[in-house]
Amino acid sequence: MATKPSFSEEVSNLLHASHGNPLRTCIQCGTCSGTCPVVEFMDHTPRRLIGMINANLKEEVLESNTYWHCASCFHCTVRCPSEIDIAGLMYGLKRYSIWKHQYPEGAIGPVFSETFVKSILRSGRSYEPVLAPTYIFSYGVREFLHEAHTATNLMIKGRLPVLPPRITRLENFKKMANRIIPMGGA
Amino acid sequence: MRTYSYFPGCSLEKMAVSYHLSAMETTNKMGVELKEIEDWNCCGATTYFHVDELLAYTLVARNLAMAEKTGHDLVAPCSACYKNSYFGNAYLKEDQDLSDHINYALEQDNLHYSGSIEVKHLMEVFVEDVGLEEIKSKITHPLEGLRVAPYYGCQIVRPRKDHEDVENPQFFEDLMSAVGADPVDFTYRLRCCGGSLIITSREAALSLVRDLLQSAADKEADVIATACPMCQTNLECYQMTVNREFGTDFSIPIMYFTQLLGLSMGLPPKKLGIGTEFVSADRILTFAKEKV
Repeated sequence: MATKPSFSEEVSNLLHASHGNPLRTCIQCGTCSGTCPVVEFMDHTPRRLIGMINANLKEEVLESNTYWHCASCFHCTVRCPSEIDIAGLMYGLKRYSIWKHQYPEGAIGPVFSETFVKSILRSGRSYEPVLAPTYIFSYGVREFLHEAHTATNLMIKGRLPVLPPRITRLENFKKMANRIIPMGGA
Repeated sequence: MRTYSYFPGCSLEKMAVSYHLSAMETTNKMGVELKEIEDWNCCGATTYFHVDELLAYTLVARNLAMAEKTGHDLVAPCSACYKNSYFGNAYLKEDQDLSDHINYALEQDNLHYSGSIEVKHLMEVFVEDVGLEEIKSKITHPLEGLRVAPYYGCQIVRPRKDHEDVENPQFFEDLMSAVGADPVDFTYRLRCCGGSLIITSREAALSLVRDLLQSAADKEADVIATACPMCQTNLECYQMTVNREFGTDFSIPIMYFTQLLGLSMGLPPKKLGIGTEFVSADRILTFAKEKV
């Protein structure tokens, strides 16, 4: 009979390309937490989050905002004495939470990532204005105005494209992506 | 003539067009040819890896395959494009199963990647391939007295790619010294600018930007030099926002290293894309004086 993998095993299985050591080799030294530039904005430090994964506290881990605050700076990864790819782990948790559609309330990250991916699959290149609606409405009035002001300045200075860029062999590109993730219709 | 396959990346098309212009001008002056990859696509940024890693590396592989057709190593000026392309290349070379799977997808665009080229950051081309001595020989307008904060950011040095020093690199300082400027040693030269957190965790990103600007201001830097369009955008376009949110009064120009290099080689500012900044770089231009 098949055994159900524990949460910590599931997370470890998500780290496909990571060359880091398994999470269970974490010695809870806290070098990652001491290194992380955004730790003060996280509800659990990276060290604590790894401890929670190893303790299979699935719900608490997924509800945490920690992994969506990771900016992929890889400072923790290069310093970890146990050579765990901690930034890679945060990517793994993001993927897991998107698949399960389970993330902290109000998080902009998941919607933004999904929209970004869809927009690349439509045109081959990224185009900032398409992305704005995914986050702009979750901003307060003040942030919204600041953002609109910045965008206007960029437009005036010719730094925002008016039309979305497209690659030439877009149909081939879509078929290529379809061989990795079948999305139907492509 | 050194020739490379050039992968500008999405930012350099518009937001960071000044990086593109100055990269083309300065390499040309150094006898380096950057041949833009035909029909290149997005590298996957960071967001693709949040959704699907395999698809992200397939995007990387398409660019690598088109570069390989020319026989020239791939050069990326953006640190995120560089990091993604570098690791995608490494994984495709060492993992036959991954390579087979991705090449099966690439068939749809009549492409194949066999793993015969290397991936470099644009700064690496200058510092390692061209070399500092060669660069110095081309400097006609040394930026004497210019206090520059060389800002590495993250992905140009991290994760560790090969043998490089991830805790105390010096190549950016060395390059700035070569153009005649005075590199200042500021605390946060290797700290994150926030990247895409500027959208998804605005408060956190703005505090990182504030810390970085403060760190450079503490050392009385005239300018912060960057090698990444994301860093440039966060530090420059959100500098006014930081001032409003934190009651600071920063006014530090954020320039690409290629713009400073170009000025020191006597290239006209306009050709280097100078003039589209939010924080004017005019004051920096006065440092470029012809050598007597």
